[in-house]
Amino acid sequence: MAGKMAVLEGSMAVAEAAKACRPAVVSAYPITPQTHIVEDISQMIADGDLQNCEYVRTESEFSAASMIQGAEAVGARSFSATSSQGAVLMYEVLFAIAGLRLPCVIAMANRAISAPLSIWNDHQDAISARDNGWIQLWAEDSQEAADMIVQAYKIGEDRRILLPVMVNLDGFLITHTFEPVELFDQKMVDEFLPPYAPLNVLDPKNPITMGLVAPPEVYTEARYMVHHAQIRAKEVIEEVALDFKKKFGRYQGGLVESYRMDGAEVALVAMGSIIGTIKDAVDEMRAAGMPVGVVKVRSFRPFPVEALRDALKGVKAVCVVDRDISMGMEGALFTDLKAGLYAKSNADMLGFIAGLGGRDLTIEDFKTMANKGFAKIKGEKVSEMEWYDLDVNILPEGI
Amino acid sequence: MVAKEKLTIGFVAKPGGTLNYHTGGWRTFKAVIDPEKCIGCKRCADSCPDGAPFECAHDGKKKKFCVDYDYCKGCGICAFECPVDAIDMVKEEK
Repeated sequence: MAGKMAVLEGSMAVAEAAKACRPAVVSAYPITPQTHIVEDISQMIADGDLQNCEYVRTESEFSAASMIQGAEAVGARSFSATSSQGAVLMYEVLFAIAGLRLPCVIAMANRAISAPLSIWNDHQDAISARDNGWIQLWAEDSQEAADMIVQAYKIGEDRRILLPVMVNLDGFLITHTFEPVELFDQKMVDEFLPPYAPLNVLDPKNPITMGLVAPPEVYTEARYMVHHAQIRAKEVIEEVALDFKKKFGRYQGGLVESYRMDGAEVALVAMGSIIGTIKDAVDEMRAAGMPVGVVKVRSFRPFPVEALRDALKGVKAVCVVDRDISMGMEGALFTDLKAGLYAKSNADMLGFIAGLGGRDLTIEDFKTMANKGFAKIKGEKVSEMEWYDLDVNILPEGI
Repeated sequence: MVAKEKLTIGFVAKPGGTLNYHTGGWRTFKAVIDPEKCIGCKRCADSCPDGAPFECAHDGKKKKFCVDYDYCKGCGICAFECPVDAIDMVKEEK
C-alpha cells in the first residue's frame, strides 16, 4: 500500500516522519543546516497539525538535549535535531541519555566542526560522538532519512534495547535537497509504532532515583549493560528494517546494504549521501566490465562486524571512504572495518579521507578510488591511507 | 550510590539512597561548633553541601546547631560562613 508522493526538502521529509511518530515533546536550538527540521515541526504544532506536542525553545543545545532527557524520563516520546557545534555542545548530555537508557531520537544534520569555521557537510560531528552509547544510523537520501526516524523509535524503545538513536543525514546534501518522498499514512505508522511504554517513569507519587552514583564495584557492569544493548541492537535493527518493509514496502538495507557486490573484486565502503554517487560510479565501471561494488554502512554503532565480513567475503581490495578524521590515526570507519576484518579477510585495505568540510565528491572521484583498489590488487604501489584531493600547493612551507 | 547487588536498567533505585552512604569517612578536618558562641542563625546548615548541621539544644537552650558526623566531609564551608566564628575545623586523628 503506497503512500502519497510529494517533492519535499529533506528536512521537511524528516519533520513529517517525526510528526508521524507523535512525539509529546520537541526541543531544539537552531543551527545550520539542521534548522529547517525543527522549524517545520514548530510550524506543524502552531498550525495544529501536530497535536498533544509541546515545542520547548531553549537557549542552547545543551538545554535542548537536557529537555528531551527529562521528557523521556517522565515517559514522553521526544524528538530533537542538531548539527556540528550544537552536537558538540550536547555531548555531555548525550552520554547521560544513553547511560539512563532513555530512547530519545535525534536527527543529526551532519556538518564539519570548527575551527576553522565551516557550515558545510562532513561526518565529524557524529563520528566524534561514536562512543557515547547512542545507536547511529546513516541515511543515503531523504526517503531513507525519513524512514529511519520511524525505525529509530521502534529500535530504541524496544525493551531489549532501550537506547537513544541518532539518525544521520548529510547537511545540505540531504537536508536542503528536494527529492520525491513517499509520505506516511498516519494510521500505518500508528500500527507500526505503538505509543511509548517506558520502563521507568519519574513520578512524584511513586518517587525513584535515576542514574545513581556508581562506585568502582558496579561501574564496569553499568558500561557493559549499555554495550550489551548495542550488540543486541544488531539483531533488532535488521528485524525492524524487515518489519518496516512488510508494512511500508520500502527497504534500504538492515545493518548494511550491498549493491552490485556479486563477483566484486573491489568494494567501496562508505556512509551517507555519497552512497548514491558511488552507486552511479559502480554502474559505470560495471558497464565497462570492472568487477566493483559498494557496501553501504547503515548502522555505524552498533558496528556490524559480522554483516560486513559477510558482505565483503571474497573481495580482493576494500576502499573505505571517510568524511571524518581521527586526528593522529585515520578515518574512523576505516579503523573499525580493518579491526572487524582482522584475521578474517585477506583483502587489501585502502582508506580515503575525502569530502571534508563540504568538498564535493563526484562519480569520477569514486572511480579514481576504485581504480586504486584495482591497482593494489595488481601489486602496484598504492598508499594505504590517503588524504584524497589534498592540495599540497596551498600548504605552508615546511609542512 | 548503587550497592554491589542486582543492578537495574538505567541504574534506577528507590530515592534517598544517599542517606545510606556515610561520606563522613572522607574528612580530614571536622567542623566543631562552639555552643557558647553559636547564635542559632542556621547559616551553617544552609551552606552545607551535605546537610550535616542540625538544630539541637544546649544547656536547655534551643536553636543551637550540632554536626552529624556521618555526613560531615570536612569541607569547611560552614566555618567560613559562620558570622560569629563559632565553628573550628579540627584535624581528626584516626
